[in-house]
Amino acid sequence: MKHLLSTHDLALHDALRLLDTAEEMAAVGEREIKKLPALRGRTVVNLFYEDSTRTRISFEAAAKRLSADVINFAAKGSSVSKGESLKDTAQTLEAMSADAVVIRHPASGAPARLAASGWIDAAVLNAGDGTHEHPTQALLDAFTLRRHWAKVAGTGSPGSDLTGMRVLIVGDILHSRVARSNVWLLKTLGAEVTLVGPPTLLPVGVDTWPCTVRYNLDEALADRPDAVMMLRLQAERMNAAFFPSTREYSRRWGFDDARLAALDTLGLGDTVIMHPGPMNRGLEISAAAADSVRSTVLAQVRNGVSVRMAALYLLLAGGTHDDPAAPAVRENPALSPTKEPAV
Amino acid sequence: MTGAEPTPGHGYLIRGASPLGGPRQDLLIRDGLIARVGPGAAPDSGTQVIDADGLIALPGMVDLHTHLREPGREDAETVETGSRAAALGGFTAVHAMANSSPVADTAGVVEQVYSLGERAGWVEVRPVGAVTVGLAGERMAELGAMAESRARVRVFSDDGICVSDPVLMRRALEYVKAFDGVIAQHAQEPRLTEGAQMNEGEVSAVLGLTGWPAVAEESIIARDVLLAQHVNSRLHVCHVSTAGSVEILRWAKARGIRVTAEVTPHHLLLTDDLVRSYDPVYKVNPPLRTADDVQALREALADGTIDAVGTDHAPHPSEHKECEWAQAAMGMTGLETALSVVQHSMVETGLLDWEGFARVTSTRPAEIGRLAHQGRPLAEGEPANLILVDPAARWTVDPYRMATMGRNSPFAGLQLPGRVQATFYLGHPTVLDGALNAPLTPAAKETAWTG
Repeated sequence: MKHLLSTHDLALHDALRLLDTAEEMAAVGEREIKKLPALRGRTVVNLFYEDSTRTRISFEAAAKRLSADVINFAAKGSSVSKGESLKDTAQTLEAMSADAVVIRHPASGAPARLAASGWIDAAVLNAGDGTHEHPTQALLDAFTLRRHWAKVAGTGSPGSDLTGMRVLIVGDILHSRVARSNVWLLKTLGAEVTLVGPPTLLPVGVDTWPCTVRYNLDEALADRPDAVMMLRLQAERMNAAFFPSTREYSRRWGFDDARLAALDTLGLGDTVIMHPGPMNRGLEISAAAADSVRSTVLAQVRNGVSVRMAALYLLLAGGTHDDPAAPAVRENPALSPTKEPAV
Repeated sequence: MTGAEPTPGHGYLIRGASPLGGPRQDLLIRDGLIARVGPGAAPDSGTQVIDADGLIALPGMVDLHTHLREPGREDAETVETGSRAAALGGFTAVHAMANSSPVADTAGVVEQVYSLGERAGWVEVRPVGAVTVGLAGERMAELGAMAESRARVRVFSDDGICVSDPVLMRRALEYVKAFDGVIAQHAQEPRLTEGAQMNEGEVSAVLGLTGWPAVAEESIIARDVLLAQHVNSRLHVCHVSTAGSVEILRWAKARGIRVTAEVTPHHLLLTDDLVRSYDPVYKVNPPLRTADDVQALREALADGTIDAVGTDHAPHPSEHKECEWAQAAMGMTGLETALSVVQHSMVETGLLDWEGFARVTSTRPAEIGRLAHQGRPLAEGEPANLILVDPAARWTVDPYRMATMGRNSPFAGLQLPGRVQATFYLGHPTVLDGALNAPLTPAAKETAWTG
């Protein structure tokens, strides 16, 4: 793996390697000194063309725990807002010897463009591009689901996949990079994915995706899912005639208290509720659902750092092995804890 | 330049070419005309002999759809560079689209473009007039003044923008009947294509790019053919791109509606799968469609449902393509690859013979544009607008070796068949041995017309 641009092109063994490495990284997070020397002397640039404090600080924490130098480059208030092109920005970062560029961009495909253009040599990590993909979000979701699925099965998480797990993804699929990345990755890991949303917010062509599509959330819940992932409803969709009103949307596709109760009625004791955040409480998810024991929202945030550490580590220090039999992470001396506290 | 001007009485003898791929003939070109067709014509003194062994002679190609960018965007293309590209591509006439800056919506601007074309002298440059003032889609431009100007405009188009107002479209269709004009519609329902980036379908769903649905083209074509029927006017549909559009055109033609249509070379070969690279060189309007659409377009061009090939040559400066997909400009160059792409997708697939090739690249577009001296048979007494093509040649497309200023060729790196060896524009060789020779100067043209 040279770049992490999408989950669409992520092979199963690479996905498992990322998730297993993330387990190792999570263990680091449990230690008193949460830091590894693996990326010491390497430079990671967070190139953000969209505001996203959550994703940026997650990547920043991940890079710092691996001892990388981190440069945050917010497009707003920089030369980018004065009209500098992606090409010129990329070449500037190249001239500054960036080893990895974590890019968040409102245009679908901007990270792929950066990776393929020859403007820059660095590893490119897609931190969300337009309505295309958000692969590290899907990886952290898969990581969260895998831990849950292993716990239900009474086994260990490392090495396992999501075979047989039934996952609902609910809401605005059309504009969701989170949904796209999850559909491909969860399918690769063996899960059965069902998309639920208003027909206006499902893309033309969705019938070719490796998942089931439904319009009725209650019927989808009656099919006994193991996880329900609620998507954020973006403010700009609310007035664009995709649905009559936010009240109707909420009634039909929101995870409200009645649907929370329905999980109990259906005897679905192990079904979890996920949300990539930030949540519109009372719109796509009720406060009770968001705060219930079923909610994995905070675990997702926590796991995000581990997954992003794994991605940075494998792209920058993981060697060129793409084969699943490559030496396991734990044999790598770079992953033993830092001997002295970092300066 | 002076050395290349034909002296009256001096001419060219093309030896052993195959007109339209048929039996080998000699063609004697003199005073701008085809003076003689037949075997064994003897050269007299001053006649230059051109060995055309293995070459096919075809009528000079006529492009109904070219963006020459001048006036206004001379950083993208000029009439000079664009018409050089046209000559190299085997064209003897091009229609310069109206979306320049200022827009070609007055007699003054179309005459300026016409004069620039004359001065360049590589091909006949026929300006297309805008349908509405400033392409704004609100008020009809002075179509009559443009028709009566020295540029003799017959094709009117707001290309790049659809004349979406049905009343305005109806009036324009009616109005141009007064001077045998035609409205060339860019069929794109604007509300259905707000923010559209690529064909809406399986690929756009995966890529997360806003879709440009086929229905946005088809619904406008359906409306326009009915309008054309209602007012008995001539309608031309630009760059048809979907299988559904083909069905509507077939239906309209069967009913006797006076509609013609063109297809671009890129829509005959490329599909939206290429967008997976997010390389904006594949960004074009209308967008690349599916393999089924490509097949339907090829069959429609072969059976005459689609009349002509129009390149939609759209050069852009590199900074408009070296960027994110959503910010990139739409358009592809096409003048210097059109012949090869059409040979590859239509002739080598057996869908068209060379006679059919001449029909769709020359005869029909000249008829649609009302160009009396173009698209004529390769016969004695006809204007000598013709090309010599080596059908056996194979070449690899390199945008950096083209005459156009645009480097945005989606065919870059592809190996394609067919090469233009010579282009004769009014009896004057603008291209010889596959390279630019010399333009036809106004003085030489005068000789050609009067001689």
